[in-house]
Amino acid sequence: MIDTGFLADTTMRLLGGLPLTLQLVALSILAGTALGYVLAIMRLSGWLPSSIASAYIFVFRGTPLLVQLFIIYYGLSQFEGLRHSFVWPYLRQAYWCAVLALALNTAAYSSEIIRGGLLSVSAGEVEAGRAIGMTRFTLYRRIVLPLAIRQLLPAYSNEVILMVKSTSLASTITMMEITGISAKIISSTFRPVEVFICAGAIYLMLNFLIARGFDLLERQLSPADTTRPNKHRIQGDIIA
Amino acid sequence: MLFHLELMGIGPEGWGGVMLSALAMTVAVAASGFALGMVIGVLAAAARLSRFRPLNFIAEAYCTVFRGIPDLLVIYLFYFGGSSLIAVVAQAMAVDGFVGGPTFALGAGAIGTVSGAYQMQVFRGAYQALPRGEIEAGRAIGMRPFMVFRRIIAPQAARYAIQGLGNVWQLALKESALISIVGLVELMRQAYIGASSTRLPFTFYVTAGILYLAVTFVSGLLFRYAEKRAMRGVRSALQS
Repeated sequence: MIDTGFLADTTMRLLGGLPLTLQLVALSILAGTALGYVLAIMRLSGWLPSSIASAYIFVFRGTPLLVQLFIIYYGLSQFEGLRHSFVWPYLRQAYWCAVLALALNTAAYSSEIIRGGLLSVSAGEVEAGRAIGMTRFTLYRRIVLPLAIRQLLPAYSNEVILMVKSTSLASTITMMEITGISAKIISSTFRPVEVFICAGAIYLMLNFLIARGFDLLERQLSPADTTRPNKHRIQGDIIA
Repeated sequence: MLFHLELMGIGPEGWGGVMLSALAMTVAVAASGFALGMVIGVLAAAARLSRFRPLNFIAEAYCTVFRGIPDLLVIYLFYFGGSSLIAVVAQAMAVDGFVGGPTFALGAGAIGTVSGAYQMQVFRGAYQALPRGEIEAGRAIGMRPFMVFRRIIAPQAARYAIQGLGNVWQLALKESALISIVGLVELMRQAYIGASSTRLPFTFYVTAGILYLAVTFVSGLLFRYAEKRAMRGVRSALQS
């Protein structure tokens, strides 16, 4: 009943789209995090930068990613000036449009996560850093960022998994990643259920690995693990 | 700007009318999917909380699968799967030629299935926020399980669920944009039609974006109001 040959064949073909999916995720997460960090800092600054960042977040979280993608891929060609500018060789390509849309979109979501992480650093720790004369840069590098990153990792792993799912939209602008290949196989074989099972398994496996990876990273960054409590802490406290 | 208003005006020359009715279609398909998701979500949450192990497993698997797989893939499954089912039925009834699936029903089905997986988590969390004593009290005075659910659990869990449901609604609304890929003439599809016939893609997709933003904004306000109203008289240590 189950056509294992077809399933294996389909899975192999779909795995051909995996590198593109991973590339889109990696590039958009990198660029999106950088922009998200800037937005988070803006949100924590004076009213003007803060309201600009809020407006950005409001717009990008309030509209579907598909709209953002289509505005960039189809919409920008409406402007004559842009079509003659130096960015056009990039914006003409579906690949860079997909990366740009995904990055701009994830920046809005991750800036809120980063902001939460930065706010979770307790005032006492920052004051302690200042008290021993750390500069602003050292303070961020040694105190604020390590603590904030540990705090925001669980939320961030969700965002990365969301991005993996979002890359499927790139197939709507001709990119042949996993979902694009699935759609092609479905429309040529008319076997939607089997293709869905294969593609679904690949996505689930990918998301599982990402979740596990973040779990390990989180454990790595939490020296005072709840499973082996306090030994470290107490000694530290006595010395202090 | 003036040109934009003229183009999107309401009247025989303007696209405003069709864009607005396409917006109504978007809201209709998203709301139908959301309502279906609510039914699925309540049932799945009940299954997840039941003492019968296999049901736990099924609910957990459903949740993992549909939250981990791209929405677009689910839409393809419903659209192509539904269409081939219909083709089989049509053939059995000796109808000749191609029979397309009803895109509205299939789209709402896809949104409902994904939305149900998210709503299950919301309902489960809301149920767990209830004080155990109240359910025990209900049982103690001899209420049957259904009456405990109707009189004690449902009205109280509903108020804790509102905020989470608001988030899921926003997801459903944004997911509905993807239904345009399989041909339902909702806002995205209408924008595509307008963009191709006027060659003004930017104008049309930005207009679609503004309309989506208006809906997400207004529904955000409504959910916040509903939550505030539902929470009247609930004591909270974290008064916000």
